[in-house]
Amino acid sequence: MTRPAGDVLLEVNDLKVHFPIKSGVVVDRTVGHVYAVDGVDLAIRRGETYGLVGESGCGKSTLGRAILRLSPLTAGQVVFDGTDVAKLKGEELRKARRRMQMIFQDPLSSLDPRQSVESILVEGMHAHGLDKDKAATQRRLRQLLAAVGLPETSLRKYPHEFSGGQRQRIGIARALAVEPDLIVADEPVSALDVSVQAQVVNLLEDLQDKLGLTYVVIAHDLAVVRHISDRIGVMYLGALVEETDADSLYQDPLHPYTRALLSAIPVPDPQVEDTREQILLAGDLPSPANPPSGCRFHTRCPWKQASLCDTDRPQLREIGAGHRVACHYAEDIRDGRIQPHEVKAELVELTGALNPDLGPPDIGTAAEIL
Amino acid sequence: MALLEVRDLTVRFVRRGERSFTAVDGVSFDVEPGQTVGLVGESGCGKSVTSLAIMRLLARRGNEVSGSVRFEGTDLLKLSDRDMRDRRGRDLGMVFQDPLSSLNPVIPIGLQITEVLERHRGMSRKAASVEATDLLDKVGIPDPSRRLSEYPHQLSGGMRQRALIAIALACRPRLLIADEPTTALDVTIQAQILALLRELVQDTGTALIMITHDLGVVAGLCDEVNVLYGGKIVERAQRHQLFAEPRHPYTHGLLASIPRLDAGRGEKLIPIRGSVADNIPWDHGCAFAPRCPNALPVCREVQPQLVPDRAGLLRCHNPVRPAVAAGGGTR
Repeated sequence: MTRPAGDVLLEVNDLKVHFPIKSGVVVDRTVGHVYAVDGVDLAIRRGETYGLVGESGCGKSTLGRAILRLSPLTAGQVVFDGTDVAKLKGEELRKARRRMQMIFQDPLSSLDPRQSVESILVEGMHAHGLDKDKAATQRRLRQLLAAVGLPETSLRKYPHEFSGGQRQRIGIARALAVEPDLIVADEPVSALDVSVQAQVVNLLEDLQDKLGLTYVVIAHDLAVVRHISDRIGVMYLGALVEETDADSLYQDPLHPYTRALLSAIPVPDPQVEDTREQILLAGDLPSPANPPSGCRFHTRCPWKQASLCDTDRPQLREIGAGHRVACHYAEDIRDGRIQPHEVKAELVELTGALNPDLGPPDIGTAAEIL
Repeated sequence: MALLEVRDLTVRFVRRGERSFTAVDGVSFDVEPGQTVGLVGESGCGKSVTSLAIMRLLARRGNEVSGSVRFEGTDLLKLSDRDMRDRRGRDLGMVFQDPLSSLNPVIPIGLQITEVLERHRGMSRKAASVEATDLLDKVGIPDPSRRLSEYPHQLSGGMRQRALIAIALACRPRLLIADEPTTALDVTIQAQILALLRELVQDTGTALIMITHDLGVVAGLCDEVNVLYGGKIVERAQRHQLFAEPRHPYTHGLLASIPRLDAGRGEKLIPIRGSVADNIPWDHGCAFAPRCPNALPVCREVQPQLVPDRAGLLRCHNPVRPAVAAGGGTR
């Protein structure tokens, strides 16, 4: 699928979201920052599905929320259809939000248990003055329910009367009620049972075909993301490390982290599982409050080199058409000029900074541990 | 003789003033020494309750457990509480889904391991502490001697799960039950833990019961797989056979509904219609019938029995034919 290159709906420029770490009982002192999102650039075209993947703590949800201005931005631009949403205030911001909606992970906690489905769906329309004509509103409600595959009798029911999959459908109908252009879906299927996941994934795809929606799908499950996305961005510790279309990402991953992530996902096929090679990463994700110097992945990277990796932070650069990667040695790894080596797991302190005096502990090689 | 023989295990939840609910309905399976057996199914299929019943961890009040669980010939369900406590931890170890809620938050990790060693192997505190360091090292926790004095909240999720595995393995049990051990973890950490479990099973000859909803995890780990639906085993097969030629429409549907990383783009997922809430009781037919694409009238009238099918077992009136299964669709 190729679309006109100029037709960009959403552009994010050098977006940063830093959360202050406060300390002190009487006086709040800021003692540090959690660098949840730290310099992200991306462009999303009209009508496409952009997938954001990464492990917990990589900042993918914060990025999704920041796009909708649900998280405070520290710096950067979010240009939605020509206007910089990051600069909007008050009534202008409220109006802009009609065109950008969100679908949440947990359908039960994101629906008010004391509101009927009708009231949930009408609320957004009312806020944007779309419910002036009573008969038209009723028609619209029936349309919405039909679109997400719920019976008309649902209107008078309450969220607890539905199953998990049906609740997620209500969440989707609520997002659609105000006729948005962009929908940010944060882990839309991960709370659902496997057999129901497919129903919701298919529903999202059908709605996109019918209504021409643009999606940003945030998920930790790369298999789901690959299935529904046109392009995918892989995040690690607050930054994009690789971005390309869904097929190249699977067939031709360039960043070492993407490779490890792909190889870690279990495939429901014993033959594949028995034969494929796994790249096991040593250790845990470093703390986003104290990210490693240079390339943020260098502490766990099996392809780490002696120079550049721990001193210079690699920028996203284009290798091949539409394939961006943030790695100093991407070409060398691709062409096999650099071989992976064993990595010693570094201790990750959850409580704060790495102790500089301690030095890396002697715990044997990754192969011995794993 | 099998290491563990579960026969006709049934668990009913009985609450006063409510209709009783059969969570596990006549489940039978064997585990051979060194074998890895999978129990797979969606939420509510009874897989976790099965493991809790085997470990006798269900409260007596409100739960009726019947059938037998023979471990090396002894029926665990008939043991006194005292004898069962001796067995737990020594002969049977268990790893739970959420390591934070299964570790004691106010006791250091080290003490939680040495406790097991002192209780079951009669070790002195000093010897136990040396052994605990060894165990933490074996499950891949960096700097184990320092970690002994740390509390669960100071460890990351993956490290906590490793600590929990160390506790379960402290007495070299012959059977380890892992209930969704990686569900709460990130994929790269999941891969580490699965590799660890695989290696431990190979090195120590421990038998493993793997309980999970993730067919991908099963594909790489289990020798034999039991698929549960509505509290009953609906299909059992060796893993290669199960994934290559699923016979039960439920198994087939599950495989068709998960997006595969290695699938071609644009392939539409084939969901299973409805949800678990649509089940009908087993005594009126097949619980899966309302959601089944292969359902016949007989499916709503006669309860299907678990019968031998090829090398495994199958509970279905109208199974998926291998040729059709290979084609990818049953509708």
